[in-house]
Amino acid sequence: MAEQREKLLSIRHLTMEYQPNRRLFEAKKPSVKAVSDVSLDIYAGETFGVVGESGCGKTTLGKCIVRLLKPTAGELFFNDGGEMKDLLRLDKKTSFALRQKIQIVFQDPYASLNPVHTIQEAFDEPMRVHGIGGGSREKRTEIIANALTRVNLQPDYMYRYPHEFSGGQRQRICVAKALVMEPRLIICDEPVSALDVSIQAQLLNLMRKLQRETGVTFFFIAHDLSVVQYMSDRIAVMYLGHVVELADAGDLYARPLHPYTQALLSAVPVPVLQAKKERIVLKGDVPSPMDPPTGCPFHPRCANCMEKCKTEKPELHEVEAGHFVACHLYQQHT
Amino acid sequence: MQENDHILRVQDLKTDFKVGRRTVHAVNGVTFDVRRGKTLCIVGESGCGKSVTAHSIMQLLPPNGTIAGGTISYYTRDGACEILSNYKRSGPRMRAIRGKEISMIFQDPMSTLNPVYTVGSQIMEMLKKHEKVSKAEGKARIIRLLGELGIPNPEIRYDQYPHEFSGGMKQRIMIAIAMICNPTLLIADEPTTALDVTIQAQILDLIRKMQESYGTSVILITHNMGIVVEIADDVAVMYMGRIVEFGSVQQIFSHPVHPYTRALMRSVPVLGMNKDQELAVIEGTTPDASTVFTGCEFAERCECARPECFHRFPKDTEIEAGHRVRCLLYEEGGEENG
Ligand SMILES: Nc1ncnc2c1ncn2[C@@H]1O[C@H](COP(=O)(O)OP(=O)(O)O)[C@@H](O)[C@H]1O
Ligand SMILES: Nc1ncnc2c1ncn2[C@@H]1O[C@H](COP(=O)(O)OP(=O)(O)O)[C@@H](O)[C@H]1O
Ligand code: SF4
Ligand SMILES: [Mg+2]
Ligand SMILES: [Mg+2]
Repeated sequence: MAEQREKLLSIRHLTMEYQPNRRLFEAKKPSVKAVSDVSLDIYAGETFGVVGESGCGKTTLGKCIVRLLKPTAGELFFNDGGEMKDLLRLDKKTSFALRQKIQIVFQDPYASLNPVHTIQEAFDEPMRVHGIGGGSREKRTEIIANALTRVNLQPDYMYRYPHEFSGGQRQRICVAKALVMEPRLIICDEPVSALDVSIQAQLLNLMRKLQRETGVTFFFIAHDLSVVQYMSDRIAVMYLGHVVELADAGDLYARPLHPYTQALLSAVPVPVLQAKKERIVLKGDVPSPMDPPTGCPFHPRCANCMEKCKTEKPELHEVEAGHFVACHLYQQHT
Repeated sequence: MQENDHILRVQDLKTDFKVGRRTVHAVNGVTFDVRRGKTLCIVGESGCGKSVTAHSIMQLLPPNGTIAGGTISYYTRDGACEILSNYKRSGPRMRAIRGKEISMIFQDPMSTLNPVYTVGSQIMEMLKKHEKVSKAEGKARIIRLLGELGIPNPEIRYDQYPHEFSGGMKQRIMIAIAMICNPTLLIADEPTTALDVTIQAQILDLIRKMQESYGTSVILITHNMGIVVEIADDVAVMYMGRIVEFGSVQQIFSHPVHPYTRALMRSVPVLGMNKDQELAVIEGTTPDASTVFTGCEFAERCECARPECFHRFPKDTEIEAGHRVRCLLYEEGGEENG
């Protein structure tokens, strides 16, 4: 990974605030800052993992990248043939063209396929719109057959309806549906969380194989640290909308720096005898994003909390090559 | 085999469901003991019969489900034996035991907590059902328990409604309802599956603490092998309504023998694992629950299957004291079996 790496996506100061649905005469409700000033670089061909507990903003971040949501602030620079273009400020034509390059696979394989369409119908429409297969229907069908084979399904499954498939098969279909668009980046939002463990393994192995074959970049979101660590080259840890740590997967596991990452890692039950480690049991729950704490977002639950943490928000900064952390413990000497 | 060492003995339990005209054998001859004061973990993938086993013990099966065979024996504190499988599901004996002697935590707290009553009154209801206590005395006891369960401001929380609690806090309320009568056996069905890992750690810690303070025996159902290592004394691995391997946590993890157990263990990524290592895949999917088998249920997905596996039923074979496996590879001789 140390060679010159090509940046595929640069997320800059991305913030997403959900505005409450406010009814007439109702008191003003606070907005929810689901993603708060996130900056990340994603490199071509890597698997970039995002972990954090439910509600920390992973899905929101993913949806902003595929532009299913319009961020409140920030930029999203995407590498279009060597030129970094801000996805949020594009002319219509480029915007449409680049949509094809970023695909998403959702957590729930049951909700993400329309029950009234056969697999072929579901795949064909976006392909046609984007001119994949040069406008030829036969060519598109061939591409679909190919994609299904690559995810270990039979090509003639394309004439079936979603209800004829198991959860694991559906999730592979969703991956194939992303693949036919010839994307450079696939956002995978908890792609295996709804699957049984043995089925999980099939999908994870498959995704790794596809990446080796096509060089596609994965933005891999999950709450299961073991899965993320296994799949990813680099990992960002999120807490309450903030990226609190960013490092190579191995580094993050071997030397987690942020107190939250440490607690998260220590909480993961490991299926190995004598692996019992000192567990950091966090107190209380994640605070409400409608009323986030001042200073460090983690300070109310942090065992190392100092005075400064309560008022000053620590910025993400590099403490070792490639290892970033947002915590005052590591900023004292600067 | 001293009867007093265990609190529950399940022998050859069979539970069937009527689905239209078909009969589904959801639990198909399950045998295990729960040792007094210890934790038994039941693991397996979804649909293998974990919840049905638990509901059979509690006699909480839906109307289309029946215990079709086997015995469930429960040994009370003073050594008396109650054959639960002989009791009527809503009869007085079962009602006296359920919630008082044996209680259960369900996977989804929302399906058990009633949104229109305060949590305090729901815990009180369980307490009143089984014990004669004054209102003040009961309330004091509940508030004490809520405090022990790590719920801040229990006096205030007592009068709040379920929607005012987070997922982790609701699960604590479920534990409170299950623990208020100080049961001897607690059955927890995937108590942390819906929760985040840090909250999961809190809840597992709590169950362990309650067990230490009150000597409760526990059956914990999970699909997470990591949780098993952490909390189990004994382990039952289930597949298609059968226990395919049973042993102490040491036996199962240092020397897993059933091909399914072994594959299950190698199919999950382990924190810190070498990335070049491929995950083991169990080919295919779990067969439909109404499939009729002529041999080992796992044969068609098994790496080690031999021709005979497809047309002979394996028997339980004890390969070491307390460690048994249901696989033809470990049967001695080649005795025929029905
Ligand atoms: N459509 C929405 N409207 C308002 N708030 C939302 C919406 N979607 C998500 N949120 C809130 O934004 C925060 C982040 O949610 P999400 O991105 O789904 O987190 P994650 O995927 O990490 O679980 C949560 O507090 C959630 O309640
Ligand atoms: N109410 C029911 N009616 C019919 N079949 C049922 C019912 N409940 C469970 N089953 C069947 O019993 C099997 C075991 O279910 P269960 O014990 O819930 O599995 P799990 O191990 O995931 O808890 C399933 O395959 C299911 O088909
Ligand atoms: S900044 Fe302070 S409160 Fe936040 S994680 Fe670091 S030590 Fe804890
Ligand atoms: Mg999400
Ligand atoms: Mg279940």
